[in-house]
Amino acid sequence: MLGVGAFRTRNRPSRSEVLPVPIGQMTWTLTDHQGRLVRPSDWAGRPVMVFFGFTWCPDVCPTTLSDISLWLEELGADANRLIVALISVDPERDTPDVLADYVSNFDPRIMGLTGPADEVAQAAADFRATYRRVAKDAGDYTMDHTAGVFLFHPDGRLASIIDFHEDRRFAVPKIRRTLS
Amino acid sequence: MKHFLLATALVLSAPAAMACETVTIGDLTVEHAWSKVTIGAGRPGVFYVEIKNTGTSDDALVGIATPAAGMPMLHETVVQDGIASMPHAMSIPVPAGQSVQLAPGGYHGMLMGLTTALKEGDSFPVTLSFEKAGEVTVNVVVLSLRAEGPDCADAGQ
Repeated sequence: MLGVGAFRTRNRPSRSEVLPVPIGQMTWTLTDHQGRLVRPSDWAGRPVMVFFGFTWCPDVCPTTLSDISLWLEELGADANRLIVALISVDPERDTPDVLADYVSNFDPRIMGLTGPADEVAQAAADFRATYRRVAKDAGDYTMDHTAGVFLFHPDGRLASIIDFHEDRRFAVPKIRRTLS
Repeated sequence: MKHFLLATALVLSAPAAMACETVTIGDLTVEHAWSKVTIGAGRPGVFYVEIKNTGTSDDALVGIATPAAGMPMLHETVVQDGIASMPHAMSIPVPAGQSVQLAPGGYHGMLMGLTTALKEGDSFPVTLSFEKAGEVTVNVVVLSLRAEGPDCADAGQ
């Protein structure tokens, strides 16, 4: 960890500052929607697709999850080895049970991940994702968050980022390249 | 009416057909009003619709009201530098001769304070307030969380 910090402070902002670190260098521990602990090392050797969101989000998150479900359907059994995870940026409301309810509406290969605030923060830092709580009326709040979908090769290297609004014709080939 | 309700419950395509209703007020045509299932009543619901202005003067959607939610608001999903945020939209322009879509990933109605969870096949009225044309009420059909919009022959999607 110290080595990584030193490396980061020594260098100018570069690709390594804004792009996720390889999965194998990530240090978060989260809980999936079935209550099981998940660590980056559990994903070793598997292609990975990760995005950040929260279940109270009415527009961006269900849209992204619908898109991902369609991509997975198009890929069929080829995508069975792909790890697909939604990491909640709202762990206060998104308990594993809430996430289980939510992901049951989409492709069954999508897992929900949540955890203590510091572990979610660690995951966001590892993926170079950002999120911010925005207060609304009457104590309510929403979250701004990174909307892209991160893709990783089986060896843990970042393969690509699928931007929100990106055409599905480009997304599926991007995913397919991580599967071979 | 009971027979009608029974029929809609039995025919799967009926709710989508309801979303294909078109209402007009002045030069504005409002159609394809739909929403998505919510998990419980605690989470906000969403409202999507398409508005066409066939007239020669600009108008704007300035508010929505519905008995289905205590605090319906207009929002816009904005993705800037990869970060999604959802600012309140005070007014959504409906320029002369143009169409405006409240659609996934863009402008949308956010229905906070739902009176009840929205279930697939449910419908509820939403009243749209326009700056010039006034108010018009549409029936909103609730589609699945995975829906991308109602399946209308004329939707042009």
